[in-house]
Amino acid sequence: MANIKQIKNEYQEIVKSHSPKNKVMQNSLRAFWVGGIICTVGQGLSNLYMYYGLSKDDASMVATVSLVLLSAIFTAFNIYDNIGKYGGAGALIPITGFANSMVSAAMEYKKEGYIYGMGAKLFTIAGPVIVFGTIASVIIGIIYYFV
Amino acid sequence: MGHIGKQTIVFKNPPVITCAYSSAGPKETEGPLGAYFDNKLEDELLGEDTWEKAESKLIKQTVQGLLNKANKKPEDIQYLFAGDLQNQVVASTFGLKDFNIPFFGLYGACSTMGESMSLASIMVAGGMADLVMAGTSSHYCAAEKQFRFPVEYGGQRALTQQWTVTASGFVLISRCGVGPKIEAITPGKIVDLGIKDAFNMGAAMAPAAVDTILAHLEDTKQKPSDFDAIITGDLGNCGADIAVDIANKLGVDLSSVFNDCGKLIFDDKNQDTHCGGSGCGCSGSVFAGYLYSQLSRRNLKKILLVPTGALMSPGSTQQGNTIPGIAHAVSIVMD
Repeated sequence: MANIKQIKNEYQEIVKSHSPKNKVMQNSLRAFWVGGIICTVGQGLSNLYMYYGLSKDDASMVATVSLVLLSAIFTAFNIYDNIGKYGGAGALIPITGFANSMVSAAMEYKKEGYIYGMGAKLFTIAGPVIVFGTIASVIIGIIYYFV
Repeated sequence: MGHIGKQTIVFKNPPVITCAYSSAGPKETEGPLGAYFDNKLEDELLGEDTWEKAESKLIKQTVQGLLNKANKKPEDIQYLFAGDLQNQVVASTFGLKDFNIPFFGLYGACSTMGESMSLASIMVAGGMADLVMAGTSSHYCAAEKQFRFPVEYGGQRALTQQWTVTASGFVLISRCGVGPKIEAITPGKIVDLGIKDAFNMGAAMAPAAVDTILAHLEDTKQKPSDFDAIITGDLGNCGADIAVDIANKLGVDLSSVFNDCGKLIFDDKNQDTHCGGSGCGCSGSVFAGYLYSQLSRRNLKKILLVPTGALMSPGSTQQGNTIPGIAHAVSIVMD
């Protein structure tokens, strides 16, 4: 009888030949304009807050908080996952993506209790970003100190 | 009845699938097979507050629907074989506990429909019982949460990924009666060709499906053309192509009779599922809904149903393990 193991060596190649390919160009363009719009909204909010008298630093901070709030609302109304599906990294890399990763986890796990559910699993996706973001900032801080 | 060849059991008194009942979620109902599902769900939560409870209710509704359709009471059913994808098969536990039917909980990943029907038919054909129930379920949101990301997370799905169906299928297997008969089964081996990509389950399971199909054909000395259809569980578009290709490389041409429940259940162009459907409920509901009705109307007279499963956990893939596959073949004929 034919043995399935005899194709083991060529199997990865067979799988590759039948797997649909990512449309890199289309995905990049979508990520560019979705990410661009999110950043433009952030800049617009920042300018608006400065117009109403906030300092540049304060306006940036409040604009960031506003984007997080908007992302949380869009996630709660089942909209942000569709933006993420369309825009890919353009929707994930800005702070709105970070907010979405935490709010979606909070929505999913709150039924398992506020301590062991939401509290413990809130950072399921965002956790690595914080850990490695902090490590990276420490390393850059050390380099900055000596340069 | 007896064991023949390497891994096949042929029944001298083939058990009869006297009744089948399927439930399907809103997305599945909008698919090409929508009209064939008995119980069409309007929302994915079924009035519950969690995905997990919703899946249990889905099972409960399907089993109750089957009992009503067959005009039976829970006490008429002697044993029940079922399983699902949730950790410790709790969807089945909570969905089935109030029926008070002696219960065997199974985990065969998405091959559970094949596993439960195989074990139920062995029990009936072996003279241990007259009337046994078998079935399974899956729930898109419960599976996403357990195996991948929170449902509202805005990530992009890979193009090779499949859509876990929200659906359930249960069947009644009887010693006598009218309906399609299970004439033989070929339980599958664990087959591992080294796939590690958890977003390409079709590729992980295709070798197991081909292994079981070829074993069944050889053990029973049949050709693919002896069947009206050979239908795998949830290889999806990509996995189904791989399966036909590797069977061809091993010298068996399946292309004229081959199909897959994961390909049938969704219209991928309009429903944006990427590589088709998956999940225990995929082969469960497609068999109990669509295929059972085709057999009953004699549009299909002989099929080989081959539910396929990817044997992994999120932890096993994160630890770098491969994703072994399994597939159980059930040969079903309509006189």
